[in-house]
Amino acid sequence: MTALVAPPTAPETGRPPQDPPGKRVRKGGAGRTMKGGWLSYLILGFALLISAFPFYWTIVAASRSNADMAQVPPSLLPGSNLIKNFDAVLEEADIGKALLNSLIVSSSITLGTVLCCTLAGFAFAKLKFRGRGALLTLTIGTMMIPPQLGVIPLFMLIAELQWVNQLQAVILPGLVSAFGVFFMRQYLVQSLPDELIEAARVDGASTARIFWSIVIPIARPGMAVLGMLTFMTAWNDFFWPIIALSSQEPTVQVALRQLGGGYVNDQSVIMAGTLLGTLPVLLVFGLLGRQIVGGIMQGAVKG
Amino acid sequence: MSLTATAKAGPSRPAGTGPGPDDGRAAALRRTWRKASPYAYIAPFFTLFLAFGLFPLLYTAFVSLYRVELQTSGEMEWRGIANYTALFTDEYFWISLRNTFTIGVLSTVPQLAMALGLAHLLNYKLRGRTFIRTAILLPYATSVAAATLVFAQLFGRDFGLINYAIGLVGFDPVDWQTGTVASQIAVSTIVIWRWTGYNALIYLAGMQSIPHELYEAAEMDGASRWRQFIHVTLPGLRPTIIFTVIISTIGATQLFGEPLLFEGSISGGISHQYQTLGLYMYEQGWGFFHLGRAAAIAWVMFVLIVVLVGVNALIARRRARKEAGR
Repeated sequence: MTALVAPPTAPETGRPPQDPPGKRVRKGGAGRTMKGGWLSYLILGFALLISAFPFYWTIVAASRSNADMAQVPPSLLPGSNLIKNFDAVLEEADIGKALLNSLIVSSSITLGTVLCCTLAGFAFAKLKFRGRGALLTLTIGTMMIPPQLGVIPLFMLIAELQWVNQLQAVILPGLVSAFGVFFMRQYLVQSLPDELIEAARVDGASTARIFWSIVIPIARPGMAVLGMLTFMTAWNDFFWPIIALSSQEPTVQVALRQLGGGYVNDQSVIMAGTLLGTLPVLLVFGLLGRQIVGGIMQGAVKG
Repeated sequence: MSLTATAKAGPSRPAGTGPGPDDGRAAALRRTWRKASPYAYIAPFFTLFLAFGLFPLLYTAFVSLYRVELQTSGEMEWRGIANYTALFTDEYFWISLRNTFTIGVLSTVPQLAMALGLAHLLNYKLRGRTFIRTAILLPYATSVAAATLVFAQLFGRDFGLINYAIGLVGFDPVDWQTGTVASQIAVSTIVIWRWTGYNALIYLAGMQSIPHELYEAAEMDGASRWRQFIHVTLPGLRPTIIFTVIISTIGATQLFGEPLLFEGSISGGISHQYQTLGLYMYEQGWGFFHLGRAAAIAWVMFVLIVVLVGVNALIARRRARKEAGR
């Protein structure tokens, strides 16, 4: 772990080290002047170890045989059965289809949510219309209400539409994101100057024109963060997919539930399935983790 | 809500583009469209929101007063409060209510305390800061299903790694599945693992918005780091702490995936020892096909959340007032 072996930081300069470009540097807080001692590194290193260990263990277990798993001093090193276990899980639980379904569902939800929420966020941030405050309060108010509360009528609705076991049963309700509207509104309030819109209006641009040529380019970083968060949430969503879908048309999470529910009894195969189901989102996280961290921290500082 | 208060006033109408006498008609049309067009921007979201968000929320209360069975969800038979009375006389309802509470406390309290400590450390000047922040958020990227399956294995009675480690220290293996306290600790561990890093980042964001001058002043008064943490960081973080307490409370009340997948049964263990309200609702609705009864449980969960959030807000306000009076 690099954090553990890192030497003490350079002498105090009074200025924070320059963050990589593209990342906002925040000022204030105690930490900007106080160096972390070796104890900080030790504790954080331990926390990182605990964060990462279950991932490592998934790889270890997924690459061994079921018999290995019952060894009494359990081995902490990966074995050589990874491919065989992947094959087994692709065959027995049809994870391939589940992965494809998850990809379709998550991508559609991401595209739709980002588009709907940018449109609505722009209107709430920069356009004047009757009922704006009330509608925004209504939208944000529902963020506090648990999804369980709506799930039964929602199920009755999709049963009525005969959508049970069809992917649109998961996609369409997934496009509703009060958080997304709130997020895009906050983003545009902060980063889109009113003067820019006024200048465009003076030049005779319509609102639609302004949206395409001014709002979208400025909103792009915010849309990207919202897109990543939405993709992760959609990929990992569990509650609604296991109600609306079944083993014939599963998403990855539905397939994992079947694996865990005694569908397959081989622990290594279950872990291979878990690994396959987690890899895509880990990949997204590995590539864009810093932006996701930024998005969460940004979303946390609420107005 | 402060959210609406921060809304900036919209752009004032540009004076230069006022309608001239020649193009009065076109301008009037344009003006009408300008008034109506904002609704076109919120329409896609609100259409879906009404159909799949708001309508189901409100309709649940209605459904909870009917007998509705999963197989024939189109037929509804009036039952009045019978779904609720049936609920309150069911022993398993009370067990799951108690479990929701104990698992909620077991998972939320250590989670937030550890997140606070980690955020404090992350707020120091550190090498590889970005890497550490990202790595600590990694568990958040996993799904409930994946995390629970891995932990279920780690918590295995005979071959689980955790019991092996406990054995190394010289203790007897724990039966993490059947023991009430043990199983609830195991389920809470999964929640803690997934959410501590996320909360730490939220605290870190809050800490970074505390003005630096406060720390300088405290330092000049000779306050130790610990006293600075108690007297500057914690009060400055109060709104963030309240926010996370409320969010975690709501999350704990809905806990579902972890108890469902820990063993794979919808009853939350042989003697329902870790069945939560969320799982109990699923069992009633999709295990026993009583959608009306499940709607009643959903409504009870909602009332519970409102009460808990209300109590939280009340305590927070009272503490704030007390401190202001000092």
